[in-house]
Amino acid sequence: MRRQSVPLIIAVLATVGIAFFVLPLLGLLLRAPWGDAGKSLTAPETREALKLSLVASLSATGIAVVLGVPMAWIYARVDFPGRSVLRALTTLPMVLPPVVGGIALFLAFGRRGLLGSWLESAFGITLPFTTAGVIMAETFVAMPFLVLTVEAGLRSMDRRYEEAARTLGASRWRVLTRVTLPLIGPSLFAGAILCWARALGEFGATITFAGNFPGITQTMPLAVYLLLETNQAASFILSLVLLLISLVVLIALRDRWLGSA
Amino acid sequence: MMRSRMCLVIVVAAAFLTACGSAAGTPSASPSGTPLSGTVSVFAASSLTDSFKALGSSFQAAHPGITVQFNFAGTPTLVTQIEQGAQADVLASADPTNMDKLTADGFTAGAAQVFAHNQLEIVVGPGNPMHISGLADLARPGVIYIAEAATVPAGKYSLQALAKAGVSVTPKSLETDVKAVVSKIELGEADAGIVYSTDVKAAGTKVQGVSIPAADNVVATYPIVAVKGTKNSAAANAFILYVRSSTGQSTLESFGFLHG
Repeated sequence: MRRQSVPLIIAVLATVGIAFFVLPLLGLLLRAPWGDAGKSLTAPETREALKLSLVASLSATGIAVVLGVPMAWIYARVDFPGRSVLRALTTLPMVLPPVVGGIALFLAFGRRGLLGSWLESAFGITLPFTTAGVIMAETFVAMPFLVLTVEAGLRSMDRRYEEAARTLGASRWRVLTRVTLPLIGPSLFAGAILCWARALGEFGATITFAGNFPGITQTMPLAVYLLLETNQAASFILSLVLLLISLVVLIALRDRWLGSA
Repeated sequence: MMRSRMCLVIVVAAAFLTACGSAAGTPSASPSGTPLSGTVSVFAASSLTDSFKALGSSFQAAHPGITVQFNFAGTPTLVTQIEQGAQADVLASADPTNMDKLTADGFTAGAAQVFAHNQLEIVVGPGNPMHISGLADLARPGVIYIAEAATVPAGKYSLQALAKAGVSVTPKSLETDVKAVVSKIELGEADAGIVYSTDVKAAGTKVQGVSIPAADNVVATYPIVAVKGTKNSAAANAFILYVRSSTGQSTLESFGFLHG
């Protein structure tokens, strides 16, 4: 099979572009102190960061599924004035600098925040500098990925299956759990994975809103950043772990993104 | 359509290349023909932010051919950046330890010179709502105390001061530089932190300082050095001289620093 010929200029620019992404990864792979890998990964501070990152990112994904699927359903199925504005507002964290997100979280859920001041006076709950704060920051930044993916799934599904189920006498709840959710299953899965990966990598909103303390709020990206100054070997190894996870996620989702088009 | 898109790609690529060229290029000629021209890139500890900005503008006024560019961050961050190849001409560190590390790793040109001292103060919100009167109050239940990470000079000095006072307290967060601590106090999210007196002064009425007695206090020493391999060593040295001159010293004093 003869391949389509590639104009030289396109080949050159594309090569520069590809090198721009591949070289930093190659740098990490080549410069990583592989001999220390085991030691770095089992050091108490890395273990704490790994554990916290897993707990926080999985919790954020759980919250995102519970709250995000209904949001996606409303965006996909209910026609109301201001829907696109509302959708834009609730997916803003995808493009917002995460530090700005962290500041916004302070103003809402901080001790002086709109809701936070009430939470403190009524229940004695303060969110900044807690693991709950980390989960909030990660949910804030990552949930939009799930909402948009699930909304796209709901829009592209064939609604006749739902109508058929209804005419056959299924209750709305039964239709939702037996027809709609299974049909959007792949979108939900992809959205949840994307959301989880984004939450795992969250840095800016977390360090701003939740601060940085080992075992409580110091997630893997924060540990990588701080270890760069004290223990570069461990910092490189942790970076590689994050990189590997992201790579696996992207390859697993490739078919969804490119194949379905 | 395809053609115009391709043109756009080429224009963007060309602009990118030109930008790279001018950044690394020769210094622009100064109007008076003095040898001092071009850009000096100064990496300075976060606690120097306001004072060095002021020093930078008066230095530029005195040397119209020179542009001073600043990069402010916690000292260990700056050291890491320089060791990873960031283009710095001058480093002003908030402690000798980080400076010694840079020197030991072979990134400095000449010996570092002390240009300022600073001391610690407790920073609290306006009106001191938690009634903090000394280091011992930081350990009181209900007080949200945040610190700088121990790699940051201010964090290390804070630990020394707390040890001298015999106070044991676990911070809620280890921030990456002093400015982050001050801003969280300003936001009201934390009750107290230990920062430099100059940071309290710089924040004006948005925060308040509680002094730490001399017996418990730690004097911070700020060394400055030209970075090895600087492309503009004449201008870098001129800036260092200026910081250490009587004009530079009085500017630093006006920001609350002690004489170098």
